[in-house]
Amino acid sequence: MAVLVVGMADLKVAKAPDTLTTLGLGSCVGITLFDKKNKIGGMAHCMLPTYKGFEGQNKAKFVDSAVVELLNQMVRIGASRAGLVAKIAGGAHMFGKSQNNDLLKIGERNAAAGLAVLKQLSIPVQANDTGGTHGRTIELNPETGALSIKTVGLGTKSI
Amino acid sequence: MNIKEDNNLAKHLDVFKEIGNIGAGHAASALAGLLNKRITMSVPDASVVSFDEILGVLDGPETLVAGVLIDCAGDLNGYILLLLCMKDAMSMVAQALEETERDVTDPDFELTDLEQDTLLEISNILVGSFLTAITDFSGLSAIPAVPQLSVDMLGAILSIATIEYGKIGDSVLFLKTQFNDLAGDVNGHFFLIPDYNSYKMLITALGLDG
Repeated sequence: MAVLVVGMADLKVAKAPDTLTTLGLGSCVGITLFDKKNKIGGMAHCMLPTYKGFEGQNKAKFVDSAVVELLNQMVRIGASRAGLVAKIAGGAHMFGKSQNNDLLKIGERNAAAGLAVLKQLSIPVQANDTGGTHGRTIELNPETGALSIKTVGLGTKSI
Repeated sequence: MNIKEDNNLAKHLDVFKEIGNIGAGHAASALAGLLNKRITMSVPDASVVSFDEILGVLDGPETLVAGVLIDCAGDLNGYILLLLCMKDAMSMVAQALEETERDVTDPDFELTDLEQDTLLEISNILVGSFLTAITDFSGLSAIPAVPQLSVDMLGAILSIATIEYGKIGDSVLFLKTQFNDLAGDVNGHFFLIPDYNSYKMLITALGLDG
């Protein structure tokens, strides 16, 4: 069994018993898809909400294009499109006290974009741990679909 | 501002390094007053590195770091992010407060209000000196706002810089700063996060667009 590390602006798919992790999510958002029947998981670590206006760049960097690409890659390795469920984490506001402005509110916009694209694709969102002012390390187990979330000072939990 | 497509990148990095060194000189004298100790500072390195590499340069995405973000407005708009590894940050705080250094690996470790204020003050001096060097050199204004502190995982804090740079590529500009003559060497990392127009303006003002 291997732990596959998903980098910044990156996405990967895995079959149990392999697991997927991404480290130190801040305002970026981590989106995971899971097919229970075939025990296949996918994870994307996205930085910006939409591919629109950035055509030609790495699709994994943007929430909307990354989810579609993740879905396609999972189906390619045997996942069933109809059975997919999603979990989403990250999208924090790392410098909480700062004034409202575009750059610092990017976490919120990333999380909203994630929920919007999942809705559009009719993929149910089983769990959502977004927002706050703290970083997160997440790990998806494609055996069970459990998503563990580790933080600094706020402990570890599974959603 | 696709930095990797900046044809004069090497020349620009040299100038940023030079500005960084001047800023570091100012900061060293200010910090020496605060810490009551002679210190020297230098910027040995200004570079553009990819997102994957940057996390490696700084000991991995889950390392506990102190990040201070300062919003700048004026002719130049954007942010400066200063990152210090927690051990180095606490070493400076302990010296400023004349206290024994605390163990940052303790799971219950948390900054007191006084330590937070001290760290913000030190960061303010460092970033302010650096900003003065940039404005002196370029003749452009940049007024810093009140700094904000966040202590968390490196990857999470750095996302502020990488997301902004992510709009134009997959790499980020940073200046490595070394402080010497403290209890040990301390490294700080400055990330300049100018908006697109400010970067162009700065390059022009520094006479680098030829």
